Amino acid sequence: MMSFMFAIIRRDLLLVMRYPAEMLNPLMFFVLVVALFPLGISPEASLLSQVAAGIVWVAALLATLLALDILFKADFADGSLEQLLMAHQPTWILVLAKVIVHWLISGLPLVLLSPLVASMLFLPAEALPTLMFSLLVGTPTLSLFGAVGAALVTGVKNAGMLISLLVLPLYIPVLIFGTGAVAAAAQGLPVSGYLAYMAAMLIFALMITPWAAAMALKVGQMQG
Amino acid sequence: MQLTTPPILLQVAQLACERDERCLFSGLQFSVRAGEIWHVKGPNGSGKTSLLRQLAGLLPVDKGDISFPAEKSLLYIGHKLALKEQLTANENLAWLTALSTPSTDQQRYSALAKVGLRGFEESLVAQLSAGQKRRVALARLHLQTAPLWLLDEPLTAMDQEGIKDQQGWFSEHLKKGGAMVFTSHQDLTIDGVKVIDLSTLEEARV
Repeated sequence: MMSFMFAIIRRDLLLVMRYPAEMLNPLMFFVLVVALFPLGISPEASLLSQVAAGIVWVAALLATLLALDILFKADFADGSLEQLLMAHQPTWILVLAKVIVHWLISGLPLVLLSPLVASMLFLPAEALPTLMFSLLVGTPTLSLFGAVGAALVTGVKNAGMLISLLVLPLYIPVLIFGTGAVAAAAQGLPVSGYLAYMAAMLIFALMITPWAAAMALKVGQMQG
Repeated sequence: MQLTTPPILLQVAQLACERDERCLFSGLQFSVRAGEIWHVKGPNGSGKTSLLRQLAGLLPVDKGDISFPAEKSLLYIGHKLALKEQLTANENLAWLTALSTPSTDQQRYSALAKVGLRGFEESLVAQLSAGQKRRVALARLHLQTAPLWLLDEPLTAMDQEGIKDQQGWFSEHLKKGGAMVFTSHQDLTIDGVKVIDLSTLEEARV
Protein backbone atom coordinates (compact mmCIF):
# COMPACT_ATOMS: atom_id res chain seq x y z
CA MET A 1 0.00 0.00 0.00
CA MET A 2 2.77 2.39 0.97
CA SER A 3 4.95 1.28 -1.92
CA PHE A 4 2.05 2.02 -4.27
CA MET A 5 1.82 5.52 -2.83
CA PHE A 6 5.57 6.10 -3.04
CA ALA A 7 5.66 4.82 -6.61
CA ILE A 8 3.14 7.48 -7.63
CA ILE A 9 4.84 10.25 -5.65
CA ARG A 10 8.23 9.33 -7.11
CA ARG A 11 6.89 9.24 -10.64
CA ASP A 12 5.10 12.58 -10.33
CA LEU A 13 8.06 14.37 -8.75
CA LEU A 14 10.27 13.02 -11.52
CA LEU A 15 7.80 14.39 -14.06
CA VAL A 16 7.83 17.79 -12.36
CA MET A 17 11.63 17.83 -12.46
CA ARG A 18 11.61 17.02 -16.18
CA TYR A 19 9.01 19.69 -16.88
CA PRO A 20 9.32 22.39 -14.21
CA ALA A 21 7.20 25.00 -16.00
CA GLU A 22 4.06 23.37 -14.62
CA MET A 23 5.29 23.97 -11.09
CA LEU A 24 6.77 27.41 -11.67
CA ASN A 25 3.68 28.96 -13.26
CA PRO A 26 1.56 29.10 -10.08
CA LEU A 27 4.53 30.36 -8.06
CA MET A 28 5.26 33.11 -10.55
CA PHE A 29 1.59 34.01 -10.44
CA PHE A 30 1.71 34.20 -6.64
CA VAL A 31 4.73 36.51 -6.58
CA LEU A 32 3.47 38.68 -9.45
CA VAL A 33 0.02 39.23 -7.95
CA VAL A 34 1.54 40.31 -4.66
CA ALA A 35 4.14 42.48 -6.39
CA LEU A 36 1.46 44.33 -8.37
CA PHE A 37 -0.61 45.37 -5.36
CA PRO A 38 1.76 48.07 -4.07
CA LEU A 39 1.81 49.50 -7.61
CA GLY A 40 -1.96 49.37 -7.93
CA ILE A 41 -3.02 50.63 -4.52
CA SER A 42 -0.29 52.70 -2.98
CA PRO A 43 3.26 52.03 -1.87
CA GLU A 44 2.46 53.44 1.56
CA ALA A 45 3.58 51.07 4.31
CA SER A 46 0.75 51.87 6.72
CA LEU A 47 -1.94 51.05 4.16
CA LEU A 48 -0.26 47.95 2.73
CA SER A 49 0.48 46.40 6.10
CA GLN A 50 -3.25 46.48 6.88
CA VAL A 51 -4.22 44.51 3.77
CA ALA A 52 -1.07 42.36 3.54
CA ALA A 53 -2.60 39.26 5.13
CA GLY A 54 -5.59 39.31 2.81
CA ILE A 55 -3.49 39.82 -0.32
CA VAL A 56 -1.06 37.04 0.49
CA TRP A 57 -3.84 34.61 1.33
CA VAL A 58 -5.95 35.41 -1.73
CA ALA A 59 -2.89 35.10 -3.96
CA ALA A 60 -1.99 31.77 -2.35
CA LEU A 61 -5.54 30.51 -2.80
CA LEU A 62 -5.64 31.44 -6.47
CA ALA A 63 -2.18 29.98 -7.09
CA THR A 64 -3.33 26.69 -5.57
CA LEU A 65 -6.39 26.76 -7.77
CA LEU A 66 -4.23 27.32 -10.83
CA ALA A 67 -2.24 24.16 -10.14
CA LEU A 68 -5.36 22.05 -9.56
CA ASP A 69 -6.34 21.63 -13.17
CA ILE A 70 -3.34 19.40 -13.85
CA LEU A 71 -3.90 17.10 -10.88
CA PHE A 72 -5.53 14.19 -12.74
CA LYS A 73 -5.77 15.56 -16.27
CA ALA A 74 -2.54 14.20 -17.74
CA ASP A 75 -3.11 10.80 -16.16
CA PHE A 76 -6.56 10.65 -17.65
CA ALA A 77 -5.39 11.74 -21.10
CA ASP A 78 -2.54 9.24 -21.48
CA GLY A 79 -4.31 6.25 -19.92
CA SER A 80 -2.22 6.19 -16.72
CA LEU A 81 -5.34 6.69 -14.65
CA GLU A 82 -6.79 3.43 -15.98
CA GLN A 83 -3.69 1.55 -14.90
CA LEU A 84 -3.67 3.28 -11.50
CA LEU A 85 -7.33 2.44 -10.92
CA MET A 86 -6.78 -1.17 -11.96
CA ALA A 87 -3.98 -1.72 -9.46
CA HIS A 88 -5.34 -3.75 -6.58
CA GLN A 89 -5.04 -0.77 -4.26
CA PRO A 90 -7.62 1.50 -2.64
CA THR A 91 -8.18 4.55 -4.84
CA TRP A 92 -8.00 6.94 -1.88
CA ILE A 93 -4.29 6.16 -1.63
CA LEU A 94 -3.89 7.30 -5.21
CA VAL A 95 -5.72 10.52 -4.34
CA LEU A 96 -3.60 11.05 -1.24
CA ALA A 97 -0.40 10.55 -3.25
CA LYS A 98 -1.59 13.07 -5.83
CA VAL A 99 -2.51 15.57 -3.11
CA ILE A 100 0.88 15.20 -1.45
CA VAL A 101 2.60 15.94 -4.76
CA HIS A 102 0.27 18.87 -5.42
CA TRP A 103 1.07 20.31 -2.02
CA LEU A 104 4.81 19.74 -2.40
CA ILE A 105 4.88 21.66 -5.67
CA SER A 106 2.31 24.37 -4.90
CA GLY A 107 1.61 24.69 -1.15
CA LEU A 108 5.06 24.21 0.30
CA PRO A 109 6.82 26.69 -2.03
CA LEU A 110 4.14 29.25 -1.13
CA VAL A 111 4.93 28.81 2.56
CA LEU A 112 8.63 29.24 1.81
CA LEU A 113 8.04 32.28 -0.39
CA SER A 114 5.72 33.97 2.08
CA PRO A 115 8.47 35.86 4.03
CA LEU A 116 9.53 37.47 0.75
CA VAL A 117 6.06 38.58 -0.28
CA ALA A 118 5.19 39.59 3.28
CA SER A 119 8.11 41.99 3.34
CA MET A 120 7.00 43.43 0.00
CA LEU A 121 3.71 44.33 1.69
CA PHE A 122 5.21 45.59 4.96
CA LEU A 123 3.53 42.90 7.03
CA PRO A 124 4.56 43.49 10.68
CA ALA A 125 7.42 41.17 11.55
CA GLU A 126 5.57 39.72 14.56
CA ALA A 127 2.79 38.48 12.24
CA LEU A 128 5.15 36.59 9.90
CA PRO A 129 5.37 33.34 11.91
CA THR A 130 1.56 33.24 12.05
CA LEU A 131 1.32 33.85 8.31
CA MET A 132 3.73 31.04 7.59
CA PHE A 133 2.07 28.68 10.03
CA SER A 134 -1.44 29.48 8.75
CA LEU A 135 -0.25 28.78 5.19
CA LEU A 136 1.42 25.58 6.36
CA VAL A 137 -1.85 24.31 7.85
CA GLY A 138 -4.16 25.94 5.32
CA THR A 139 -2.59 25.01 1.96
CA PRO A 140 -2.86 21.23 2.50
CA THR A 141 -6.56 21.76 3.18
CA LEU A 142 -6.83 23.67 -0.11
CA SER A 143 -5.06 20.83 -1.94
CA LEU A 144 -7.35 18.22 -0.37
CA PHE A 145 -10.61 20.01 -1.17
CA GLY A 146 -9.22 20.86 -4.59
CA ALA A 147 -8.62 17.19 -5.33
CA VAL A 148 -12.35 16.51 -5.06
CA GLY A 149 -13.07 19.22 -7.61
CA ALA A 150 -10.30 18.04 -9.92
CA ALA A 151 -11.51 14.45 -9.65
CA LEU A 152 -15.08 15.45 -10.45
CA VAL A 153 -14.09 17.11 -13.72
CA THR A 154 -11.58 14.53 -15.03
CA GLY A 155 -12.41 13.96 -18.65
CA VAL A 156 -14.21 17.28 -18.98
CA LYS A 157 -12.43 19.54 -21.43
CA ASN A 158 -11.45 23.08 -20.37
CA ALA A 159 -12.65 22.45 -16.87
CA GLY A 160 -10.53 25.11 -15.17
CA MET A 161 -13.47 27.42 -14.59
CA LEU A 162 -15.69 24.58 -13.43
CA ILE A 163 -13.15 23.49 -10.83
CA SER A 164 -13.00 27.03 -9.49
CA LEU A 165 -16.76 27.19 -9.14
CA LEU A 166 -16.90 23.84 -7.39
CA VAL A 167 -14.02 24.40 -5.06
CA LEU A 168 -14.10 28.10 -4.14
CA PRO A 169 -16.99 27.83 -1.66
CA LEU A 170 -14.98 25.20 0.22
CA TYR A 171 -11.94 27.48 0.24
CA ILE A 172 -13.69 30.44 1.84
CA PRO A 173 -13.55 29.21 5.46
CA VAL A 174 -9.82 28.56 5.10
CA LEU A 175 -9.36 32.06 3.71
CA ILE A 176 -11.36 33.68 6.51
CA PHE A 177 -9.51 31.91 9.29
CA GLY A 178 -6.14 32.31 7.59
CA THR A 179 -6.41 36.06 7.16
CA GLY A 180 -8.08 36.36 10.57
CA ALA A 181 -5.14 34.70 12.27
CA VAL A 182 -2.59 36.95 10.56
CA ALA A 183 -4.61 40.11 11.26
CA ALA A 184 -4.91 39.13 14.92
CA ALA A 185 -1.17 38.46 15.12
CA ALA A 186 -0.43 41.88 13.61
CA GLN A 187 -2.47 43.48 16.39
CA GLY A 188 -0.76 41.37 19.05
CA LEU A 189 -3.88 39.34 19.82
CA PRO A 190 -3.83 35.59 20.53
CA VAL A 191 -4.03 33.44 17.39
CA SER A 192 -4.28 29.91 18.75
CA GLY A 193 -8.07 29.86 18.28
CA TYR A 194 -7.82 30.61 14.58
CA LEU A 195 -5.05 28.12 14.05
CA ALA A 196 -6.92 25.44 15.97
CA TYR A 197 -9.90 25.91 13.65
CA MET A 198 -7.60 25.64 10.66
CA ALA A 199 -6.05 22.46 12.01
CA ALA A 200 -9.55 21.08 12.57
CA MET A 201 -10.46 21.87 8.95
CA LEU A 202 -7.32 20.06 7.79
CA ILE A 203 -8.19 16.96 9.78
CA PHE A 204 -11.77 17.04 8.53
CA ALA A 205 -10.53 17.38 4.93
CA LEU A 206 -8.06 14.53 5.45
CA MET A 207 -10.86 12.28 6.63
CA ILE A 208 -13.41 12.85 3.88
CA THR A 209 -11.78 14.24 0.75
CA PRO A 210 -9.56 11.28 -0.29
CA TRP A 211 -12.62 9.08 -0.16
CA ALA A 212 -14.86 11.56 -1.97
CA ALA A 213 -12.28 12.22 -4.69
CA ALA A 214 -11.77 8.48 -5.14
CA MET A 215 -15.50 8.02 -5.75
CA ALA A 216 -15.50 10.93 -8.21
CA LEU A 217 -12.49 9.53 -10.06
CA LYS A 218 -14.10 6.14 -10.49
CA VAL A 219 -17.34 7.65 -11.78
CA GLY A 220 -15.40 9.93 -14.14
CA GLN A 221 -13.33 7.06 -15.49
CA MET A 222 -16.45 4.96 -16.06
CA GLN A 223 -17.93 7.70 -18.21
CA GLY A 224 -14.74 8.37 -20.13
CA MET B 1 -5.13 -40.48 -21.44
CA GLN B 2 -7.55 -38.33 -19.51
CA LEU B 3 -6.77 -34.64 -19.68
CA THR B 4 -8.21 -32.41 -17.03
CA THR B 5 -10.00 -29.37 -18.45
CA PRO B 6 -8.07 -26.18 -17.77
CA PRO B 7 -9.61 -23.84 -15.21
CA ILE B 8 -11.85 -21.00 -16.27
CA LEU B 9 -10.17 -17.63 -15.75
CA LEU B 10 -12.96 -15.40 -16.98
CA GLN B 11 -16.66 -16.01 -17.38
CA VAL B 12 -19.02 -13.69 -19.22
CA ALA B 13 -22.77 -14.24 -19.08
CA GLN B 14 -25.48 -12.36 -21.00
CA LEU B 15 -23.31 -9.27 -21.16
CA ALA B 16 -24.66 -6.16 -22.82
CA CYS B 17 -23.06 -2.81 -23.41
CA GLU B 18 -24.81 0.47 -23.91
CA ARG B 19 -22.95 3.66 -24.75
CA ASP B 20 -24.67 7.02 -25.19
CA GLU B 21 -28.08 5.29 -25.27
CA ARG B 22 -27.01 3.04 -28.12
CA CYS B 23 -26.86 -0.70 -27.63
CA LEU B 24 -23.46 -1.91 -28.87
CA PHE B 25 -23.94 -5.57 -28.13
CA SER B 26 -26.07 -7.76 -25.93
CA GLY B 27 -26.41 -11.38 -24.91
CA LEU B 28 -22.66 -11.91 -25.07
CA GLN B 29 -21.65 -15.20 -23.51
CA PHE B 30 -18.28 -16.92 -23.34
CA SER B 31 -15.76 -18.29 -20.91
CA VAL B 32 -12.02 -18.05 -21.22
CA ARG B 33 -10.04 -21.03 -19.98
CA ALA B 34 -6.34 -21.15 -19.25
CA GLY B 35 -4.40 -21.64 -22.47
CA GLU B 36 -7.04 -20.00 -24.65
CA ILE B 37 -6.76 -16.99 -26.90
CA TRP B 38 -9.85 -15.01 -27.88
CA HIS B 39 -9.99 -12.58 -30.75
CA VAL B 40 -12.69 -9.90 -30.52
CA LYS B 41 -13.69 -8.87 -34.03
CA GLY B 42 -16.10 -6.36 -35.42
CA PRO B 43 -16.24 -3.21 -37.50
CA ASN B 44 -15.30 0.21 -36.09
CA GLY B 45 -17.68 1.29 -33.39
CA SER B 46 -19.02 -2.20 -32.75
CA GLY B 47 -17.89 -2.09 -29.11
CA LYS B 48 -14.61 -4.01 -29.13
CA THR B 49 -12.83 -1.53 -26.91
CA SER B 50 -15.91 -1.16 -24.71
CA LEU B 51 -16.03 -4.92 -24.19
CA LEU B 52 -12.37 -4.99 -23.18
CA ARG B 53 -12.87 -2.05 -20.84
CA GLN B 54 -15.85 -3.81 -19.27
CA LEU B 55 -13.72 -6.91 -18.72
CA ALA B 56 -11.02 -4.73 -17.17
CA GLY B 57 -13.55 -3.15 -14.82
CA LEU B 58 -13.18 0.28 -16.40
CA LEU B 59 -16.74 0.49 -17.73
CA PRO B 60 -19.88 -0.25 -15.77
CA VAL B 61 -21.72 -3.50 -16.41
CA ASP B 62 -25.41 -2.69 -16.49
CA LYS B 63 -26.69 -5.98 -17.84
CA GLY B 64 -25.14 -9.39 -17.54
CA ASP B 65 -22.27 -10.59 -15.46
CA ILE B 66 -18.49 -10.80 -15.62
CA SER B 67 -16.81 -13.09 -13.12
CA PHE B 68 -13.31 -14.31 -12.42
CA PRO B 69 -13.61 -17.82 -10.92
CA ALA B 70 -9.87 -17.92 -10.27
CA GLU B 71 -7.91 -15.01 -8.79
CA LYS B 72 -8.66 -11.72 -10.54
CA SER B 73 -5.29 -10.79 -11.94
CA LEU B 74 -5.33 -8.86 -15.19
CA LEU B 75 -2.87 -7.14 -17.42
CA TYR B 76 -4.70 -4.56 -19.50
CA ILE B 77 -3.00 -2.58 -22.22
CA GLY B 78 -5.53 -0.20 -23.66
CA HIS B 79 -5.77 2.03 -26.63
CA LYS B 80 -4.07 4.68 -24.51
CA LEU B 81 -0.70 3.21 -23.59
CA ALA B 82 -0.28 4.85 -20.16
CA LEU B 83 3.21 6.07 -21.02
CA LYS B 84 4.59 9.38 -19.79
CA GLU B 85 6.27 11.23 -22.62
CA GLN B 86 8.78 12.98 -20.36
CA LEU B 87 9.98 9.74 -18.79
CA THR B 88 12.33 7.19 -20.33
CA ALA B 89 11.19 3.74 -21.43
CA ASN B 90 12.85 2.23 -18.37
CA GLU B 91 11.27 4.77 -15.97
CA ASN B 92 7.84 4.20 -17.47
CA LEU B 93 8.08 0.46 -17.01
CA ALA B 94 9.37 1.02 -13.48
CA TRP B 95 6.25 2.85 -12.32
CA LEU B 96 3.85 0.68 -14.31
CA THR B 97 5.21 -2.52 -12.81
CA ALA B 98 5.45 -0.97 -9.34
CA LEU B 99 1.63 -0.98 -9.30
CA SER B 100 1.48 -4.80 -9.22
CA THR B 101 4.79 -6.65 -9.48
CA PRO B 102 7.79 -4.38 -8.86
CA SER B 103 10.70 -5.06 -11.24
CA THR B 104 14.43 -4.40 -11.20
CA ASP B 105 16.46 -2.41 -13.73
CA GLN B 106 17.92 -5.66 -15.01
CA GLN B 107 14.51 -7.22 -15.59
CA ARG B 108 13.27 -4.11 -17.39
CA TYR B 109 16.36 -3.95 -19.60
CA SER B 110 15.93 -7.57 -20.63
CA ALA B 111 12.19 -7.04 -21.25
CA LEU B 112 12.98 -4.05 -23.46
CA ALA B 113 15.57 -6.12 -25.33
CA LYS B 114 12.90 -8.77 -25.93
CA VAL B 115 10.61 -6.21 -27.56
CA GLY B 116 13.45 -5.01 -29.78
CA LEU B 117 14.33 -1.82 -27.92
CA ARG B 118 17.87 -2.59 -26.87
CA GLY B 119 19.69 0.72 -26.71
CA PHE B 120 16.49 2.72 -26.18
CA GLU B 121 16.16 1.98 -22.46
CA GLU B 122 17.05 5.51 -21.38
CA SER B 123 15.43 7.35 -24.31
CA LEU B 124 12.51 9.60 -23.51
CA VAL B 125 9.26 8.08 -24.74
CA ALA B 126 8.51 11.38 -26.48
CA GLN B 127 11.39 10.67 -28.84
CA LEU B 128 10.18 7.20 -29.83
CA SER B 129 8.03 6.37 -32.86
CA ALA B 130 4.43 5.16 -32.54
CA GLY B 131 5.48 1.54 -33.04
CA GLN B 132 8.30 1.86 -30.51
CA LYS B 133 5.94 3.37 -27.95
CA ARG B 134 3.65 0.38 -28.34
CA ARG B 135 6.64 -1.89 -27.89
CA VAL B 136 7.48 -0.15 -24.61
CA ALA B 137 3.93 -0.78 -23.41
CA LEU B 138 4.09 -4.39 -24.60
CA ALA B 139 7.31 -4.94 -22.65
CA ARG B 140 4.99 -5.20 -19.65
CA LEU B 141 3.95 -8.60 -20.99
CA HIS B 142 7.43 -9.82 -20.07
CA LEU B 143 7.47 -8.20 -16.63
CA GLN B 144 4.05 -8.74 -15.10
CA THR B 145 2.79 -12.13 -14.05
CA ALA B 146 -0.97 -11.72 -14.51
CA PRO B 147 -2.43 -14.87 -16.12
CA LEU B 148 -5.11 -13.02 -18.08
CA TRP B 149 -4.08 -10.48 -20.70
CA LEU B 150 -6.53 -7.97 -22.14
CA LEU B 151 -4.94 -6.26 -25.12
CA ASP B 152 -6.66 -3.58 -27.16
CA GLU B 153 -5.28 -3.48 -30.70
CA PRO B 154 -1.81 -4.76 -29.79
CA LEU B 155 -0.83 -5.08 -33.46
CA THR B 156 -1.47 -1.43 -34.35
CA ALA B 157 1.60 0.44 -35.62
CA MET B 158 3.75 -2.70 -35.45
CA ASP B 159 5.93 -3.79 -38.34
CA GLN B 160 5.77 -7.34 -39.80
CA GLU B 161 8.66 -8.45 -37.61
CA GLY B 162 6.95 -7.06 -34.54
CA ILE B 163 3.70 -8.85 -35.30
CA LYS B 164 5.58 -12.12 -35.71
CA ASP B 165 7.41 -11.56 -32.42
CA GLN B 166 4.17 -10.80 -30.63
CA GLN B 167 2.56 -14.00 -31.78
CA GLY B 168 5.55 -15.79 -30.31
CA TRP B 169 5.01 -14.09 -26.93
CA PHE B 170 1.31 -14.91 -27.07
CA SER B 171 1.92 -18.62 -27.75
CA GLU B 172 4.50 -18.74 -24.96
CA HIS B 173 2.04 -17.15 -22.55
CA LEU B 174 -0.67 -19.65 -23.51
CA LYS B 175 1.70 -22.58 -23.07
CA LYS B 176 2.46 -21.37 -19.55
CA GLY B 177 -1.24 -21.60 -18.71
CA GLY B 178 -2.10 -17.98 -19.40
CA ALA B 179 -5.02 -16.73 -21.45
CA MET B 180 -5.76 -13.63 -23.42
CA VAL B 181 -8.51 -11.61 -25.04
CA PHE B 182 -7.49 -9.13 -27.70
CA THR B 183 -9.04 -6.91 -30.33
CA SER B 184 -7.64 -6.51 -33.82
CA HIS B 185 -8.61 -6.06 -37.42
CA GLN B 186 -5.86 -8.44 -38.36
CA ASP B 187 -5.91 -12.24 -38.05
CA LEU B 188 -3.20 -14.04 -36.14
CA THR B 189 -1.53 -17.17 -37.42
CA ILE B 190 -1.64 -18.89 -34.03
CA ASP B 191 -3.63 -22.15 -33.97
CA GLY B 192 -6.85 -22.38 -32.04
CA VAL B 193 -7.76 -18.69 -31.88
CA LYS B 194 -11.37 -18.42 -30.74
CA VAL B 195 -13.41 -15.61 -32.18
CA ILE B 196 -16.01 -13.29 -30.71
CA ASP B 197 -17.58 -11.49 -33.63
CA LEU B 198 -19.54 -8.50 -32.40
CA SER B 199 -21.05 -7.80 -35.83
CA THR B 200 -22.78 -11.20 -36.10
CA LEU B 201 -23.95 -10.77 -32.54
CA GLU B 202 -25.66 -7.57 -33.57
CA GLU B 203 -27.48 -9.31 -36.45
CA ALA B 204 -28.57 -12.19 -34.25
CA ARG B 205 -30.14 -9.70 -31.86
CA VAL B 206 -31.98 -7.77 -34.59
